[in-house]
Amino acid sequence: MSAHQITVTVNGRTHTAQVPARLTLVDLLRDVLLLTGTHAGCEHGVCGACSVLLNGKPVRSCLIFAVQADGMDIVTVEGLAPEQETLSILQDCFWETHALQCGFCTPGMLIAARALLAENPSPSEEQIREGIGGNLCRCTGYKPIVDAILLAAERMRGSNAGANDAPPD
Amino acid sequence: MRPPTEPVRNFRYISKKRRTKEDRRFIAGAGHFVADISLPGMLHVALVASPHPFAQIISIDTQAALALDGVKAVLTGEELARATDPLMSGLDIPKVRRYPLAVGLARYAGEWVAAVAAESRAVAEDAAELVEVTYEPLTPVLDPELAMAADAPIVHPDHGTNVLFQRKFVWGAVESDFAAADHTLSFRARWNRSATVPIETFGVVAAWNPATRLMDIWASIQMPKFPDLLARALRLPGNAVRVHFDVDVGGSYGVKRGLKHSVLAGYLARKLGRPVRLIEDRLDNMRGGDAHGPDRIFDMGVVFDRSGVIRSLRIRAVDNVGAHAGRAPFQLGKPVGAIVGPYRIGSVEYEAISVTTNMTPQEAVRGFGQAPTNFALETAVDRVAHALNMDRIEVRRRNLIRHEEFPYTIPSGSTYDSGDNHVVLDKALEAAGYENLLRRRDAARAGGKLAGIGIVCCLEPSGGNASFEPLFNPKNETTTWMEACGIRIDLNGAIIATMGTSSSGQGHETLVATIIGEVLERDPDTIRVIHSDSLTALPSNSPVGSRMAIMLGGAAAKAADKLKQAIMAIGAHRLSVAVDAVIYRDGDVGLAQDPARRIAWDTIVEIAHRKFHQLPPGMEPGLQSMHVLDVPTGGALPTADGRVQMYPCYAFEAHIVYTEIDAITGQVALRKYVVGHDCGTMINPDIVHGMTYGGIAHGIGAALYERFSYDENGQLLSGSFMDYLIPSAHEVPDIEIVDHCTPSPLTAFGQKGSGEAGYLGAPAAVASAINDALSPRGLNVATLPISASMLGELLANTANVPLPIRNDE
Repeated sequence: MSAHQITVTVNGRTHTAQVPARLTLVDLLRDVLLLTGTHAGCEHGVCGACSVLLNGKPVRSCLIFAVQADGMDIVTVEGLAPEQETLSILQDCFWETHALQCGFCTPGMLIAARALLAENPSPSEEQIREGIGGNLCRCTGYKPIVDAILLAAERMRGSNAGANDAPPD
Repeated sequence: MRPPTEPVRNFRYISKKRRTKEDRRFIAGAGHFVADISLPGMLHVALVASPHPFAQIISIDTQAALALDGVKAVLTGEELARATDPLMSGLDIPKVRRYPLAVGLARYAGEWVAAVAAESRAVAEDAAELVEVTYEPLTPVLDPELAMAADAPIVHPDHGTNVLFQRKFVWGAVESDFAAADHTLSFRARWNRSATVPIETFGVVAAWNPATRLMDIWASIQMPKFPDLLARALRLPGNAVRVHFDVDVGGSYGVKRGLKHSVLAGYLARKLGRPVRLIEDRLDNMRGGDAHGPDRIFDMGVVFDRSGVIRSLRIRAVDNVGAHAGRAPFQLGKPVGAIVGPYRIGSVEYEAISVTTNMTPQEAVRGFGQAPTNFALETAVDRVAHALNMDRIEVRRRNLIRHEEFPYTIPSGSTYDSGDNHVVLDKALEAAGYENLLRRRDAARAGGKLAGIGIVCCLEPSGGNASFEPLFNPKNETTTWMEACGIRIDLNGAIIATMGTSSSGQGHETLVATIIGEVLERDPDTIRVIHSDSLTALPSNSPVGSRMAIMLGGAAAKAADKLKQAIMAIGAHRLSVAVDAVIYRDGDVGLAQDPARRIAWDTIVEIAHRKFHQLPPGMEPGLQSMHVLDVPTGGALPTADGRVQMYPCYAFEAHIVYTEIDAITGQVALRKYVVGHDCGTMINPDIVHGMTYGGIAHGIGAALYERFSYDENGQLLSGSFMDYLIPSAHEVPDIEIVDHCTPSPLTAFGQKGSGEAGYLGAPAAVASAINDALSPRGLNVATLPISASMLGELLANTANVPLPIRNDE
């Protein structure tokens, strides 16, 4: 299996690795960089649990090879909080509305919501459902997730946090 | 949403809006799922699946696979069956043997025939493709009714028949009720195969330590008796298997019962002397994970009088369990405890038939057979209304058990604890704006649309007991299904509680902390709740049968109360008064007459841990307690005629759904969804509501989208999320829950279960709405799921039929 050297920036840290051509991005994140917050749910691009931001855009990391991410900037769920032991407004709102149960789809949901709010700071309920429509959740029936994102949008507008989603205070 | 109904008692933490303890780690991406566990030297498993639904395995050539660099073993069914015992089912069917890998016969397409262990998952998968299996294909049997025929191929030839279980129960005067009735109707209802399909597949990590002779297991498991069953199959003593319950389970809703996976991984770990990880990929999960759900044919007979009062039921249920028994046959047994739903129906005949076919095996699915049964019952009620040209709500009101009739014993012997069914239905109708909804529907119809309203009332039996085991197998005398909690207060006054199972999203840490906080009057946020392992656990089962609020919550309440008594005894002793002269407040103990004279929590903790000389005589040092709770109403075997108390508590749901259907494409849009829900006292309302929303979403999937479809050759057609359609945020409407609280008299705080809420009524409610929409065209569907293609075809084929006018409401 041919190996390739790649350099990626993940949550602000730069990593260089030798990877086989067939290694997917989700496996790079989980198995090589040990960032296990990103989850593999279906590995065929439907469930969205493996969503990460790639150069700011949400992608399915199970559908991308690690080598395709060479030179790119990646944000995973571990990179959503502004610093250790804090939560972003968005994360905090997921907690407030209990927008999860088992927590398996949650990292992908947070990434989808973060991408949505970066593009549209005041989404309607319909736009939120559109924004998370590619992420499957089996626990919540989506309503508490929609509520969390509506609440986060409101609080982020109040805090002028914008897309960077600074901590609550 | 409306403000929830105030709980009947005034609580400090229970029923209050409080953040959960668990969510914090998941939103940080810091969950501890099985696929996150990586041990030094760990090997990875890939599976070889049978391409045939039924075939003799002639030979397995492992040479090419073993030659691949990094491959450590290729395991066949023959080798594994020599070294392990068959997986137990609980039924009395000794000749239906089940092993993790097929032995001799492959019994369904996708069944695991061999397993490869290798240095990486990728290498294991490469090697799996190099395993050459020679098969002699046999004629499969796929239809459960054909499988019962005398000349049918037999899935387990040693068993001699495809029927695993068949019994006809008669409770009450069915014969004479049918003879005397004004009206009779009969119909067939079909619940096709779907399941809970969690987003995380099943996974297990096994590690054998030859020095300690201990097998460590981390698994994505939600299974009663899992450690014991695993140890038995591995031929190890129970204390040589340590199942770690601190693994976060990424959804289960019943199906995460990977006993076969765990036996396989455990055997390989011991054989190879290396930790072994088996994580299903999506196709492994959907096709070979043995986690399909009920696949059931109901033949229903109903008799009723002119006023719409239902007198008796005849139900014949044939369930296609697939190629192995698993727990599936018992899913015909649990509904016995609510066989008449929330209605006063005086007699019932119920024939339950469990049949093997060459399909993927069934496992427990949310509700354990109750959702299909509720669908059949509610379809019957709608049809009674239709036959009498009566309002569907009025028919329900006339049959619902009234508040003052509780506790109410149904013909099959189960007593319903409490309920306020008419009020919950009325509250749901009011919240839905039912009169407006009727106008909206009629206006839509006048505009040429297909529009309908679904109405369903149903029960959620809760508090999971295992009474269906002795009911279906007289050799099985299980009459308890205990759950336990242990609590310790450490030297610094911090509270630690332990529970003996894993969680899959139900919020048990929050449940336990809230209840202990309530009893001990300490802030739940400061209480730590630990998932122990199976060697340190107290006797426990698992979160099945909507039981944990009742059972784990009940055990936590009892254990906390024991600690409170100990604390009061220490305080009273220190104050030199009798225990009945003190009161407990916020953890401190004071004189009842003069509360200012008190011994503080910290002082009592200090005495308990350090000052034996200040403890009451005979008291153990330290502060710890435990309680093992039997199911309320448990303890009795079924009667000879099959009457049994199934579960103790009964929650009630009333669903109101409004739908509009595209007459060309058959696409169903759910425009409004309201559910009235009464599960007694809610320990944490967000958790109860969350599970209810999720259950409804799951039920919408079962009603409209989700089906494990097979072709006529026995090949699964929906083995991915492209063809097995899980509802997304587009398909699930904005659901409104209307709470009501009728406390259970049987539980610590009046709580009932709610883990299966929503799912037990949603499939029936969506079907009811569709049938209301179809009724102007004289159409009716009693088959789930009702896919857009099925509906579009039905509408196209009947487009020219003149429309009979019928005034339903």
